[in-house]
Amino acid sequence: MNAMIATRREFTAGIGAIVVAFSIDPKLALTQQAAPLPGSLAQNRMLDAWIRINTDGTATIFPGKVELGQGITTALTQIAAEELDLSLGRVRVLTTDTSYSPNEGVTSGSQSIEYGGTALRLASAEVRGILLDLAAKRFGVSADTLTVADGTIGSRDRRKVGYGELAADLDLHREATAKIAPKLVAAHKIVGKSIQRFDIPKKVTGGIAFVQDIRLPEMVHGRIVRPPRPGSKLDSVDVAAVQAMPGVVAVVRDGSFLGVIAEREEQAIKARQALIESARWTLGPELPDPAKIYDVLLALPAEDTVISNKQAPVPEGATVIEATYRKPYIAHASIGPSCAVAEFKNGEMTVWTHSQGIFPLRNHLSLGLRLPIADIRCIHAEGSGCYGQNGADDVGLDAALLARAVAPRPVRLQWMRDDELWEPYGPAMIMRVKAALADGKIAEWNYDLWSNTHSTRPTEIGGNNLLASWYLANAQNQAPPRTIPQPAGGGDRNAIPLYDFPRQRVVHHFIKEMPLRVSALRTLGAYSNVFAIESFLDELARAAKADPIAFRLAHLKDSRARAAIESVARNANWKDGEAGDGRRGRGIGFAKYKNLSVFVAVIAEVEVDAASGVIKVPRAFAVADAGQIVNPDGLTNQIQGGIIQSTSWTLHEQVRFNRDGITSRDWQGYPILTMQEVPHVAVELIDRPSEKSLGAGEGAQGPAVAAIANAFANATGKRIRELPLTPDRVKAALG
Amino acid sequence: MVLRLKVNGTMRSSPAEADTPLLYVLRNDLELNGAKFGCGLAQCGACTVLVDGRATRSCVTPIGTLGESEITTIEGLGTIEKPHPLQRAFVEEQAAQCGYCINGMIMTAKELLDRTPKPTEADVRAALDANLCRCGTHGRIIRAVLKAAELAGRI
Repeated sequence: MNAMIATRREFTAGIGAIVVAFSIDPKLALTQQAAPLPGSLAQNRMLDAWIRINTDGTATIFPGKVELGQGITTALTQIAAEELDLSLGRVRVLTTDTSYSPNEGVTSGSQSIEYGGTALRLASAEVRGILLDLAAKRFGVSADTLTVADGTIGSRDRRKVGYGELAADLDLHREATAKIAPKLVAAHKIVGKSIQRFDIPKKVTGGIAFVQDIRLPEMVHGRIVRPPRPGSKLDSVDVAAVQAMPGVVAVVRDGSFLGVIAEREEQAIKARQALIESARWTLGPELPDPAKIYDVLLALPAEDTVISNKQAPVPEGATVIEATYRKPYIAHASIGPSCAVAEFKNGEMTVWTHSQGIFPLRNHLSLGLRLPIADIRCIHAEGSGCYGQNGADDVGLDAALLARAVAPRPVRLQWMRDDELWEPYGPAMIMRVKAALADGKIAEWNYDLWSNTHSTRPTEIGGNNLLASWYLANAQNQAPPRTIPQPAGGGDRNAIPLYDFPRQRVVHHFIKEMPLRVSALRTLGAYSNVFAIESFLDELARAAKADPIAFRLAHLKDSRARAAIESVARNANWKDGEAGDGRRGRGIGFAKYKNLSVFVAVIAEVEVDAASGVIKVPRAFAVADAGQIVNPDGLTNQIQGGIIQSTSWTLHEQVRFNRDGITSRDWQGYPILTMQEVPHVAVELIDRPSEKSLGAGEGAQGPAVAAIANAFANATGKRIRELPLTPDRVKAALG
Repeated sequence: MVLRLKVNGTMRSSPAEADTPLLYVLRNDLELNGAKFGCGLAQCGACTVLVDGRATRSCVTPIGTLGESEITTIEGLGTIEKPHPLQRAFVEEQAAQCGYCINGMIMTAKELLDRTPKPTEADVRAALDANLCRCGTHGRIIRAVLKAAELAGRI
């Protein structure tokens, strides 16, 4: 059983029948009178959009959320198997495909369990109920007298019928009602267990696991050539010379979009190099001065929105403290460069893609290729971990443009390492906080943040967000940037403190102009805002001569938040008022992700080498409360990974550039955390079976950066307010 | 001209030029998916294979330099049904998120365990320090390598 990478050929050969049967009627989804349905059922209301029962007694599920290495396929299978009363081995998962899958938009924001999981849970419970009704009719008994064991329904008089035998009479082409209650948690046998992920065995044995591994008959290899910097125009290139190189099938030039296709991959790479050397460009505008990037951003026009405003009198004689925090551009920097396989045949474009949103991608491919949406099919295949919008969408259009030039031969295009750094970065941000302390408590809180948008995905309208489309002869424009509204927020995600301050004002200064291309990076603004809020809480605690944990608890009513903080303090054996020794120290960070989702508290330990300026993070403790847990080990893996990735962002990461262009072009220009630097992470999960499951993939990053920054201050008595915490900054702070 | 290479114990041939990096021959001619393209610069380790037992970055190793060398890829270690202790340990420890780097982790660890059958955690960290992981799975990878050493010791 597995999430299959189904090529079209396998698809038509094996399971073609389902294509016809599965439809999502757009008119139904838009019907005004339709009762609202929970989770992703709201947009995909038909049961057969989610589940099919096969005559062999297995079930096939059709998630619209995609596997990004977060283990979602396994977790969704657990949910469906639980509600269908099938063993895991009897549930098959079909890869997400625009030709038959429910449109669940983008897999992002730690929402797959909450939305996709809810839909599958309710749909599965309902399908089980329908099967029971069919069996009841067949046996001439009441459905509530029947039992189910691994897809076999039994009656009190010991008659049995399998789901497979009922499949022929089963019509799932009907709207979900969401009226069949899912199982009580106490009855769960599969959900809540640490099930081994289905995708890992093939990944450790060289199986076909990634879009990079797809091989189609007659497939050729593509490479593309990016300009020296954004906005450049291609003046000339020696196409004929490159076309004459060994193995070259075609050189593709459309305006300033340039690519090459060759029979063999290494031939395409050599031809790409030759194109780079012969291409002459009129350069686009210079990049901003990196030393002044925050001033550049602050000088741009901004749309201001007050996202929280609480009034109360400020006591006289309050002490006012303020600080400004900064976070640089950070890259997704996937280990495997982005890749797509595209095939243009009989007027239909098929793109195998690791996009997080194959339906939105299809929309922008349609714009870029000037093909009707109906003639484009996107099929998801896993890529290297993306952590937000990396090059996954862009490479889809690149590959499709190349495939059209050599139709009907399929083209596999994997970007080179330096192409990957053309991805949209997580935006640089500025956070300014000013607070008043009275009687040891925060009486007033003023928080301002400046940020670009945190999503320029193909979900946007009014333009094309795929990179290549801006360079075509008939160039298209990027869609106008928008904010993501509260309560989830974009740059202002987690900008409203969860703490209870009597008087507070939080302002989001949204900057539309983007000096560097940006989009969604894991947590959006939460990493920056939690860094600023939680650092400043420690600064205030210090001013109030209070222990940072006691100080937090004194301002926090939410019982689950308090429990997470108290648990991590207990696990780490935190001593009230504990102080660093100049070299070693510890700090805490806490957040409820999006103020809506998982609660995570982290205590990190640092060791500071004053001579070299190097900070080490030997260990971290984390406590996470994600409500009802589906797969404890999967959740633990996400929290551990989030803390380690955040440690990397915090200690090392910033996209480097100069006036001429981006200079982070490989791993030397964009260093990340290495094995010897990785902290030991001890995770405790608080399971709350009666609470709804909360997304957790992005919950730990904000708390982790804050814990590390606070640990440095605890160790040294000095505060660094600009990320990353590089040796130069450490040495400057220590004087 | 056809070049012959000994891969996972079998003589294989490739029509590629002698300067072609081994990675593309493994992936495209021999249809071995394990070794991955990560950077093409020997910086990340995703493409690691063993050449005469040494962990080698196949993305910068021209096939013309390999002569009679024994090349081992992750497919040569074991299968889903009969996994090598390293593969078994990586599954048991669920030591992957996206899994793109895991080939390089396992192949580099293979050389380590061949030389140092009972490594310490510090040995594992040092051996894998030049293999990059982006998902933050490092802790599990370390545990998996230590577990593989235990499993191998028992066999």
